[in-house]
Amino acid sequence: MSREWPLWEVFIRGQHGLSHRHVGSLHAPDAEMAIRNARDVYTRRNEGVSIWVVKAVDITATSPGEKGPLFEPSNDKIYRHPTFFNIPDEVGAM
Amino acid sequence: MKADSDLFEFLLRMGDNTLVLGHRVSEWCGHSPVLEEDIALANVALDLIGQTRMWLDFAGDVEGKGRDADALAFRRDVWDFRNILLVERPNGNFGDTLMRQFLFDAWYHAILSRLAGSSDDRIAAIAAKAVKEAAYHLERSADLVVRLGDGTTESHAKMQAALDDFWPYTGEMFAADTIDTSLTSRGVIPNLAEVRDEWDETVNRVLADATLEIPDGTYQHKGGKQGTHTEHLGHILTEMQFLQRAYPDASW
Repeated sequence: MSREWPLWEVFIRGQHGLSHRHVGSLHAPDAEMAIRNARDVYTRRNEGVSIWVVKAVDITATSPGEKGPLFEPSNDKIYRHPTFFNIPDEVGAM
Repeated sequence: MKADSDLFEFLLRMGDNTLVLGHRVSEWCGHSPVLEEDIALANVALDLIGQTRMWLDFAGDVEGKGRDADALAFRRDVWDFRNILLVERPNGNFGDTLMRQFLFDAWYHAILSRLAGSSDDRIAAIAAKAVKEAAYHLERSADLVVRLGDGTTESHAKMQAALDDFWPYTGEMFAADTIDTSLTSRGVIPNLAEVRDEWDETVNRVLADATLEIPDGTYQHKGGKQGTHTEHLGHILTEMQFLQRAYPDASW
C-alpha cells in the first residue's frame, strides 16, 4: 500500500445560493482531515461558506480522447441555445 | 490618572503568550512534514500574532506612555516579557510542537471564553473575537494529538515523550499571583481555578482518547509571568527583534 496520503478534490460554495465550485486538491489521510486542510488551504481569504471534499479516485471523468464524439456534435446546433426568444421586459433578469 | 498596573501586567501576559508562541510556530514555516500542515501551522501563527496586536496595543494604551504593540514587541528585553515558560520551549519535533500547542490551546480557549464576559469592555471584545480562532486551534491540535498518540508505536512514544517534557510547564497557567487575584476580584478576569477545571476536563478527555498517560511528577516550573525566563526566550528575541534593533524605526 502506498504511504502517500490520498488525494482529495475540494469544492467550495462561495456564498449562499451559489453552487459549490472546484477550487483545487490536497492530500489528507481521511475525510475529516481533508475538510480541515481545505479550510486552511483554500478559505484563508474568506472564500467560502461550505466545503465539500471527495477522493480524487472516486471521480469518474471523461477522457480527452473522446472529446470528438462526446462534444463536437453539439457545436453546430445553435438552435439548442434559447437565444431566439423575445423575452418580455416584465419577466426581468433570467 | 494613575495607570492601572495590574491590568497592564495582565495584558502583557496575554499578548506575550500569543507573541512568543506565534513566533515559535512560525519557525515551522517551510519545514512542516507536509504542505497542508505547513499552511495550517502558519495560519495558527498568524492568528496568534494578530491577537498579539490587540492585546499589546491595549496594554500600551493602559500604560499611557505612548508605546504601541510594535514598541512593546520589539523594544523590550527578556525580563520585561510576561509569557509563561511553556510557550518559549523549543519546537522539538512535529509531535512536540503539537503537544505544546494542545496544552496551550486548551487553556487559552478556556480563559478566553470567560474573558468574553469580562467587566472590562475592551478585554471582552478582544476575547470574543479571539475565542473563535482559539476554538479552531484547539479542535485541530486535539485531533492531531489523538491521531498521533493513538497512532503507531513510534508516534505514540513521541507523543508520550512530548507530554512528559511539557507537563511541568503547564502549572504556571493556573498559578494565580496577587495581580491575578486582584483582577479576579474586580471581575476583569475569571478565577484561574475555574479555568483549570475546564482545562483538566479537556486535557483528561483528549489524552485518554490519545492513549497517553499524564506524568506522575508534581514539580512545576514557574516565573515567566513575573519575568524570569529560560535562556530560550533570549534566542527568540535576537531573531524576532533584530531588524528593529539594527535599524530602529526602519520602514518600507
